[in-house]
Amino acid sequence: MTNYLVKRVLMMLVTLWIIVTLTFSLMHAIPGNPFASESDQLPEQILANLRAKYHLDEPLPVQYLMYLKNLVFLDLGPSIKSDSRSVNDMIADGFGASAWLGGQAISIAVVFGILFGIIAALNRNRTLDYVAMALAVLGVAVPSFIMAPLLINFLAIKFPLFPVATWGTWMHTVLPSLALAFGPIAIITRYMRASMIEVMNQNYIRTAEAKGIPTVLIVIKHGIRNAILPVITFLGPLIASLITGTFVVEKIFAIPGIGKYFVDGIFNRDYPVILGTTIFYSAILIVTIFLIDIAYSLIDPRIRLTKKEG
Amino acid sequence: MATEERIDPLFRPLTKDVQAVGITRPSLSNWQQVVRKLVKNKLAMLGFFIILFLVVMAIIGPSLVPYSHSDQSLLDRNKELSAEHWFGTDELGRDMFARTWFGARISLTIGVVAALIDLVIGVTVGGIAGYMAGRGKKGDRIDNIIMRIIEILYGLPYLLVVILLMVVMEPGILTIIIALSATGWVGMARLVRGQILQLKNQEFIMAAQVLGAKFSRILLKHLIPNTFGVIIVNLTFTIPSAIFAESFLSFLGLGVQAPDASWGTMTNDAMGVILTGDWWRLFFPGLMISLTMFAFNVFGDGLQDALDPRLRD
Amino acid sequence: MNQHLLTIDNLKVNFKTYGGEVQAVRGVSFHVDKGETVAIVGESGCGKSVTAQAIMGLIPNPPGRIVGGKVVFEGTEISSLPKKELLGIRGTQIGMVFQDPMTALNPTMKVGAQIVEGFVRSQKVSREEARKRAIEMLRLVGIPDPEQRVDQYPHQFSGGMRQRVVIAIALACDPKLVIADEPTTALDVTIQAQILDLLKRLQEEQQLSVVIITHDLGVVAEIAHRMVVMYAGMVVETGTVEDVFANPKHPYTWGLMRSLPRLDEEEKQRLVPIEGTPPDLFNPPVGCAFAARCDFAMEICKQQMPPTTSFGQGHEAACWLHDERAPRIEELVAAGRQA
Repeated sequence: MTNYLVKRVLMMLVTLWIIVTLTFSLMHAIPGNPFASESDQLPEQILANLRAKYHLDEPLPVQYLMYLKNLVFLDLGPSIKSDSRSVNDMIADGFGASAWLGGQAISIAVVFGILFGIIAALNRNRTLDYVAMALAVLGVAVPSFIMAPLLINFLAIKFPLFPVATWGTWMHTVLPSLALAFGPIAIITRYMRASMIEVMNQNYIRTAEAKGIPTVLIVIKHGIRNAILPVITFLGPLIASLITGTFVVEKIFAIPGIGKYFVDGIFNRDYPVILGTTIFYSAILIVTIFLIDIAYSLIDPRIRLTKKEG
Repeated sequence: MATEERIDPLFRPLTKDVQAVGITRPSLSNWQQVVRKLVKNKLAMLGFFIILFLVVMAIIGPSLVPYSHSDQSLLDRNKELSAEHWFGTDELGRDMFARTWFGARISLTIGVVAALIDLVIGVTVGGIAGYMAGRGKKGDRIDNIIMRIIEILYGLPYLLVVILLMVVMEPGILTIIIALSATGWVGMARLVRGQILQLKNQEFIMAAQVLGAKFSRILLKHLIPNTFGVIIVNLTFTIPSAIFAESFLSFLGLGVQAPDASWGTMTNDAMGVILTGDWWRLFFPGLMISLTMFAFNVFGDGLQDALDPRLRD
Repeated sequence: MNQHLLTIDNLKVNFKTYGGEVQAVRGVSFHVDKGETVAIVGESGCGKSVTAQAIMGLIPNPPGRIVGGKVVFEGTEISSLPKKELLGIRGTQIGMVFQDPMTALNPTMKVGAQIVEGFVRSQKVSREEARKRAIEMLRLVGIPDPEQRVDQYPHQFSGGMRQRVVIAIALACDPKLVIADEPTTALDVTIQAQILDLLKRLQEEQQLSVVIITHDLGVVAEIAHRMVVMYAGMVVETGTVEDVFANPKHPYTWGLMRSLPRLDEEEKQRLVPIEGTPPDLFNPPVGCAFAARCDFAMEICKQQMPPTTSFGQGHEAACWLHDERAPRIEELVAAGRQA
């Protein structure tokens, strides 16, 4: 077990290093300098000072090593465009809102997706199944950046139940979370339905029926647990798409999260911010997938982490 | 014979005819069955006709009105639907009908081209990896290297990578296609490799090998046709995801640049007027994106069902 | 014997499919007495398993449905019981052993818990008692180290061991009747023998009644007292194993016998397969279903269902050859079947 964990953590670090290197090379492959827009106005001396301040005058390999060294101490460096603020500050600043939004959205998606999936599977080819599947198709078809303005239009303007935008009370979190969760609910519903149908056709379900166990208990004890397993493996990519989803949702609802800093960074061509937030997102994603793998092995007795050793 | 005379005619022995108890059901070829099943699937057919409609409108739509997608008219700003402007106008007085179908051209082109590039790269890489696996030490090494690269690329958030590439490159349609294809082929490669590994161990491939068929021949005549179904199904899902990615990027301002229109940029432009009630600004591009996603997804689902031999009746 | 433990009376089961309605079981009758093992024999698709499922009320509905006849267990007609009361009989009164031990167990549940799941429900026992019961059952079916095995998962067991677990599940509530649906088909030959020995031992020790479903006459000879030969959803011959083996009365049974290797005959006989395939049960034939494959078929076989002829001691067969108007079988044989 420990052996496997050490191996996995090392693999995670290697993956992260590759991401850092790729992103770093990408950001520095851009022709011109990050002060391009200001360089017309700035005197040569100040520009040189600026370059020196951000170590842009050093050769690229040196810059790269310095960046890696700082990264080891979890320092993502300063922002170029907004003076006096570091990328760490920005992430610390936006993390609360983004984490809350993402966490709430994924919880909604998992709970309702699994619930709808089970309901659809157990009522296969009946009205409830069709309703759930129609909802699922809608969720796949309507992207979050269409869903969000629709929600604002109906639940904030026509029927002013929730605030239109910005961040503050819990009421502010409802619409963005829904907009973000809508797609993932649909996807989880579809997966859960397919998985549940497959499980309920398994022979061990018939064994349980032959024991005289009532249907409700069979569904709970034998069905759901086995059906959820394949859905769990799908959570990794889902969280990845949720992260990108926060970019537009935070933009539309004017939420001060990391996504907003990332998008602003893109527009300002603030490379350290883009680099830093990308690394941060990647780290979150890699760690999440790792945790999901561990959770999976805990739920499925057939997969013992020790077995993967050697 | 006397015994024969005695027998009741009903009890006269029959000559046995085993052949008569043969196959009673007509057998259809594989593709005929698939098509027949697909045509019977109403939802899938709806999807198919929506796709057809969108393609036709993308081709002829912009020429149905006397405006181009970029003609501005400051007198006709934010006009509601009318006989002159079937889908209304935007804040620069541009005709929404022309813009919507011009956007369809861009979205569909990007979707199809990006998906086709994914297909070519993915099938090639996946095919090579799948074929090389298990062919001696060297073959395994090649497969291993390819799989490592694929694994790392697969672990990256797709849209995040595309965004980064878009930041680095000059904005434009070609850039979007390149950025989408850069990581998009990975899913197809994984799928094709898995399929080929599965097929490789089946007897008919071994038979071809034993008979001395060449690598290229086996790949072309046996492996690719047998993975064809999954590839097609995957294509019906990569096209909408490319279209989605394009509108997502355009929505963030990273995709198609003015004066060109895409559904994503039109949605983004409409954000400013959500509060004013100019509903058509959001409605038409939003509807088109959703219709496209819907149509490809239900058609893909139907195709998948039709190709699944386990679900055949 | 005035009352049988289990009586199946003219049972009919249909399945709805895209192609139409399949008549899987078309009027099956037989009975099982206390402490007796009855084998249902026939080739795949003849309705044996469906009959077994119908006894347990486990026909998946839809698409399946009992369209006629009844199942009577200890004087109660269980085929018409409401589901709730049926649950009280399943497991506790009738246990079931399934064909494929690799898929019959829940992969994410400890075997001990699976064994006593029904027992806990019906007896309302404490956790320790349940565990003790599970260990006891594992020991009963001959699994070594039951104290450790009870907390393991199915994937930690071999195929033969899993089948022992499946048997333990069926016996956990001391049922009066056990239905075993091809319990040895999925196993290696050596393991098959062990599982059959186990079933036989348990049947004798616990005074169980057993219905064993198989296509293997070797299995029948090994453990059954009586046998029911099924073909195309109907019973073609029934009787004690001794009678049917010594003096089979239906051409289909002859066919089954001839396709079985025999060690007791001195001259080496060739194994003869029964040619052709069973009829299409979407449109079952009007007359005898076996007529198309029968070496002795007569005109009437295609036109009318054969009546059941009794040969004493419960030995019965449904075949026109036993009609007094029919030519004597020996003549037919002489006339050239062997040619």
